[in-house]
Amino acid sequence: MIINHPLLGPRDSAEFVYLGAAELMNRPDPETASAEDWHGYAYLRDNPAGVHRELWFHEGGDRSILIVTRDTTTHEISAVELARKPRAQT
Amino acid sequence: MRYSGFKVIKEALTGHKGWKPAWRDPEPQAHYDIVIIGGGGHGLATAHYLASVYGQQRVAVIEKGWIGGGNVGRNTTIIRSNYLLDGNEPFYEFSLKLWEGLEQDLNYNAMVSQRGIMNLIHSDAQRDAFIRRGNAMILNGADAELLSEAQIRQEYPFLNFDDARFPIKGGLAQRRGGTVRHDAVAWGYARAADSRGVDIIQNCEVTGFRIENGKCLGVETSKGFIGAGRVGCAVAGNSNRLMAKAGMRLPIESHVLQAFVSEGLKPVLPGVITFGAGHFYVSQSDKGGLVFGGDIDGYNSYAQRGNLPVVEDVCEGGMAIMPMIGRARLLRMWGGIMDMSMDGSPIIDRTHIAGLYFNGGWCYGGFKATPASGYAFAHLLARDEPHETATAYRFDRFRTGHMIDEKGMGNQPNLH
Amino acid sequence: MTQKNRLAGGQLDRDTTLSFTFDGKNYSGHLGDTLASALLANNVRLMGRSFKYHRPRGPLTAGSEEPNAIVELRSGARQEPNTRATTAELFDGLSAKSQNRWPSLAFDAMAINDRFSNFLTAGFYYKTFMWPAAFWEKLYEPIIRKAAGLGSLSMQADPDEYDKGFRHCDLLIIGAGPAGLNAALTAGRTGAHVILADEDFRMGGRLNAETLAISDMAGADWAAQTVAELASLPNVRLMARTTVIGAFDHGIYGAVERISDHLAKAPRGKPRQILWRIYAKQTLLCAGATERPIAFDNNDRPGIMLAASLRAYANRWAATPAQRVAIFTNNDDGHRTAQDLHAKGVKIAGVIDTRPDAPRALDYEVLQGAHVTDTKGRLGLTFVEVACADGSTRTIECGALGVSGGWNPNVHLTCHQRGRPTWDDDLAAFVPGGTLPPGMVVAGAAQGIFSTHGALKSGADAARKALGLKGRAPAVPDAKDSPVIQTPFWYVEGCSRAWLDQQNDVTVKDVKLSHQEGFRSVEHLKRYTTLGMATDQGKTSNMGGLAIMAELAGKPIPEVGTTIFRPPYTPTAIGTLAGRMRGKEFHPTRLTPSHYWAEERGAVFVEVGNWLRAQWFPLPGETHWRQSVDREVTATRASVGVCDCTTLGKIDVQGTDAATFLNKVYCNGFAKLAVGKTRYGLMLREDGVAMDDGTAARLAEDQFVVTTTTANAAKVYQHMEFVRQCLMPDADVQLISTTEAWAQYAVAGPNSRRLLQRIVDPDHDISNEGFPFMACGNITVCGGLRARLFRISFSGELAFEIAVPARYGDALMRKLMAEGEEYDVTPYGTEALGVMRIEKGHAAGNELNGTTTALNLGMGRMVSKAKDSIGSKLSERPGLNEAKALMQIGLRPVRADDKVTAGGHLMNATGPVDAAHDQGYVTSAAFSPTLGCMIGLGFLKDGGNRTGETLRLVSPVTDLTVEVEVVSAHFVDPEGERVRA
Repeated sequence: MIINHPLLGPRDSAEFVYLGAAELMNRPDPETASAEDWHGYAYLRDNPAGVHRELWFHEGGDRSILIVTRDTTTHEISAVELARKPRAQT
Repeated sequence: MRYSGFKVIKEALTGHKGWKPAWRDPEPQAHYDIVIIGGGGHGLATAHYLASVYGQQRVAVIEKGWIGGGNVGRNTTIIRSNYLLDGNEPFYEFSLKLWEGLEQDLNYNAMVSQRGIMNLIHSDAQRDAFIRRGNAMILNGADAELLSEAQIRQEYPFLNFDDARFPIKGGLAQRRGGTVRHDAVAWGYARAADSRGVDIIQNCEVTGFRIENGKCLGVETSKGFIGAGRVGCAVAGNSNRLMAKAGMRLPIESHVLQAFVSEGLKPVLPGVITFGAGHFYVSQSDKGGLVFGGDIDGYNSYAQRGNLPVVEDVCEGGMAIMPMIGRARLLRMWGGIMDMSMDGSPIIDRTHIAGLYFNGGWCYGGFKATPASGYAFAHLLARDEPHETATAYRFDRFRTGHMIDEKGMGNQPNLH
Repeated sequence: MTQKNRLAGGQLDRDTTLSFTFDGKNYSGHLGDTLASALLANNVRLMGRSFKYHRPRGPLTAGSEEPNAIVELRSGARQEPNTRATTAELFDGLSAKSQNRWPSLAFDAMAINDRFSNFLTAGFYYKTFMWPAAFWEKLYEPIIRKAAGLGSLSMQADPDEYDKGFRHCDLLIIGAGPAGLNAALTAGRTGAHVILADEDFRMGGRLNAETLAISDMAGADWAAQTVAELASLPNVRLMARTTVIGAFDHGIYGAVERISDHLAKAPRGKPRQILWRIYAKQTLLCAGATERPIAFDNNDRPGIMLAASLRAYANRWAATPAQRVAIFTNNDDGHRTAQDLHAKGVKIAGVIDTRPDAPRALDYEVLQGAHVTDTKGRLGLTFVEVACADGSTRTIECGALGVSGGWNPNVHLTCHQRGRPTWDDDLAAFVPGGTLPPGMVVAGAAQGIFSTHGALKSGADAARKALGLKGRAPAVPDAKDSPVIQTPFWYVEGCSRAWLDQQNDVTVKDVKLSHQEGFRSVEHLKRYTTLGMATDQGKTSNMGGLAIMAELAGKPIPEVGTTIFRPPYTPTAIGTLAGRMRGKEFHPTRLTPSHYWAEERGAVFVEVGNWLRAQWFPLPGETHWRQSVDREVTATRASVGVCDCTTLGKIDVQGTDAATFLNKVYCNGFAKLAVGKTRYGLMLREDGVAMDDGTAARLAEDQFVVTTTTANAAKVYQHMEFVRQCLMPDADVQLISTTEAWAQYAVAGPNSRRLLQRIVDPDHDISNEGFPFMACGNITVCGGLRARLFRISFSGELAFEIAVPARYGDALMRKLMAEGEEYDVTPYGTEALGVMRIEKGHAAGNELNGTTTALNLGMGRMVSKAKDSIGSKLSERPGLNEAKALMQIGLRPVRADDKVTAGGHLMNATGPVDAAHDQGYVTSAAFSPTLGCMIGLGFLKDGGNRTGETLRLVSPVTDLTVEVEVVSAHFVDPEGERVRA
């Protein structure tokens, strides 16, 4: 597969490490979350057959984590963005 | 119709006119006591044990395509019970015992071949871990044998001893492990279940569950509604897709695992060999092909196909450990979809919906589990309580913190 | 030996005569021959035996779809089983053997199976060999296994080299027949970067095998001229001998280039084959078509081959299997074979055409509406039986029969991403359809366009389409353009056996039996009969099987469907897919900064992940590793030892939020750690289980240096990046791995400070007061070299870790050794390191096994309740906090000489020994020279409350049972006085 890195252009997926669903970014608020929320966050997945947002870590590159939108039935990638948006230059 | 050598000879002499279909092709009835979704190894085994052990008369297996078309037909055929943890080992050992009597139970030669499985050791830490595992196996009534490097040299002289990046320091063998002709498992269970009256309904896709007041009343299918006292789902690889129709999210991701077979070769490998320092395991089929595999591709996928990096990774492992296979040719590669669970272990349990039961999360260990999975699921469906070897395979183990994590990788399914 | 069946013409270099052997017999051929063409020219038709019935077989085809003529090529360690004689290029000195026969190819004892074929029908083995139960593994299976398989491996390491590479292009064209060549010309002339790959060693495809003309010249000449022009274009790369094996995601194609298979020996420095990953923006598949046979009784004798292959042997290779040849066809193409062979002087014994209105010929007899019903000839064809249209029968004498049932487009690569082909009624064949791999277009015969003109035009059109070219298309070279209509004719009803899959011996009867027994889907048919599972993957046989299945099911063929086409397109050497990653090069080897110094000292090294670390440093006279290790431990505890611990992961954490960040990733508190201080930290996974431990040293308000275990360095870094980028995106914190940037040495033992004081520049106070336990700081050594010093201890002694830029690592080690002479400084390796940490009760990889929690490790109270950290919430689950949870303990044998084994299980002193009574397990064990006995660490149920208890340590797999006493895990200096000294 080829992942079109927003900063580095097209890169082979072998340079990346797959971290899982992008839902992992939505860590429950430790102040308010219930045990069920934590269980859902850590263990339950939508795992769709179709469009999936997921995290890829560019270990063999610039170490960005990318949010890749990819179809799990065709592997087609429709969007790639940085998980951590660069801050505006000051 | 019983199969036997005598019957084969008789038919050969009379023009093979007497062979009947191995299973019927019935239309679904309006209602069954138990409906099993999924005509793979686990679903068919469940049906067989429901009929033969638990005396269930009105059982149907519904399959969206052809039986045996899922992972039971696209795996690397290995059976073993070399597990570490108490939640797993008794279950897999029960499975191995069922394999040992399978042909006579089914009257079908699935070629259960206890050729042995050897996990190679390449470091002291790995040896420590394998000793612990071997001990756990023996303490659970299974067999295990720790071999020295010298013993490995004698049994497997073709391995790379002299030029290895990760030297072979020994191995953990299970002599009762081995291989089985995978397709025949599905066919054998199907034929046996069918002969006891189980309806196997092919090309019948489940489109939804009919759930009223928290109770599952049956399934909507491409052949109409089929009522059921209890519904058991055994569709590993597609578990999330199916259970989403009942509004459930699962502790499971779907990943592709590739497998490979070489051209037919005269016998070279005695049993199954697992390379402990690379992603490679291999056996040789009765037909002569080297059947091998390695790691999952690592990303969520339902595509039943993988990509080159893993193909290369697996072949690198193969060449590293047995450089004599360099001139053997890879004939075919394929991919199966794994239910990768959050701790690497399966689930056989009730759901929160009355009458709806689940069997899945087999990761890449589903084939060897087929008999015990079917038996335990049949037990659960018939008695509404878990089989004694499968008590740990509960949904709520993640909620309560009772994970069964053989590899110690935590809640990241692609690492199990 | 003369080449009796060599014809005139052909694309051979007749000036170069090559000698070769087959089954030990000498033959000669010419440059340009394949092994099969040369053998046919030498009047050899018998080249192999079938898999199950051991039927004598000759080549069916002239290409990579060959099921029959497969041989063991070369000898010794280069022996190459199952090699298709039809694609193996002849070279001088080639040696080949037939396979799957005993004692000889002409007399094969296993051919007895053929007599019993009625008993050995599809799937017979599923129905028998079940009684008595034990006999399967003892008797039946060994016999079956011995008989199975085709060629054999040498059992020696493959001596050849393989390579891998990447290539990129605007347009990848697969197949260099008329469509591919014209496409390459069209694209190449625009300046686009084009790769043209073809599996054959001579580009041109069928043009080389035909007598068709293009632009008033022979097709083969047009091909050669086109190839020459393409070769002159710098933007076009021609890759002959290159098979595109698979279409993978996002336009990545796998291709195997055979560099030296056509040579007696690989040239120096050249690999045997290269695996290319071709990154193509667009791909044009011009893979041509494969002729399909017609099944009839005994259609598998040597001499019976596909008609177009017979023609290819005559036209391209000037070879014929016999001087008297018949043709059996259902289409016009079969007649071309008759014409071409007749023109070459081969006697045409007759053309048997299934069509009542078949065209007549002047030069030979055409039997219209006739069928071949049977054949004769034990080791090679002698006669065919023909049923004529009028009901009469004829026996025709011939040594070869060309069979043509029409053509199937090679859709293989179009289906690699699980697209399914569609059925074309006019061609009675599957053509590419449905969802093709993105970026792929198909042209020529692969698309079902069978005329030469059509191929040329569709190739050019497709190239223009792929490149998005506008404007007028250039003229297409003149060539024949007659529409091709194929009327299906699959098999002749017979009473004996008609082969579909010749290699696996699957006959029409087997398909019928499979249907009768309910194996009615194509997948069931394939798996039950093994149709299409041989080395040719059914390229010539699958279609016939489908057609018969469709007929039996009363369904049209497209409703029966096809099995799935999977990579590789043709079988691919495993060595090629592995490339250079074998032997010592399997994984990269990471060397520590002191590696060469350690080598000079005679260190024994051990693999630790990809690292090589010094395991111990034997001195002269030491004959057992324990002597060295015990000495290293004792010397370190008595004076001072040095160990390279560079392999520990090091992560620099910087930014104003660095402390907040570490407070999140470690379960214990870091917010208040003072500058100049180090703290032990335990990291949990989000599921509450321990992930890794290490230290974090605060070098500045906004800078920490974090260490990880060697094994988890990459994983911890990845985890920290996840927390930083995904969970704390607004925090001002940056990470970088500095594992390789700093050489780091542990200097341990009561004299460690004295030793360091000799190299640390004097303006840095490292006294106990100035630099107490857990202090850290930037310092300089040896007169100005920047360094980092940490007062941390893994051994339990007064100890430091000192780090310098990696390029000074070797020098620093030598300096430490030189300056330490006075204290008898002792380098120690990973074994002594391990012994000392076990003596001190420090957890390491064996304890941090991914299932243990802070509680298990005796660090439950470290998990701060005052803050949120990764894993803190889920670590509160009941299953991780059970009353009698496993707790880390120490173990000593009751009898001092007894062994303690890591991996042993713990049982109560009395009672049953089984899994149900398991009390825990031993994680680490070592001989402690300090205590004079073996000791161990382990996890024990309720271990915190069982100190002093006697247990049984059982290890049945190593045949050990010993009594052990539960003790504190801190065997040495439990109060920690030494580290603070």
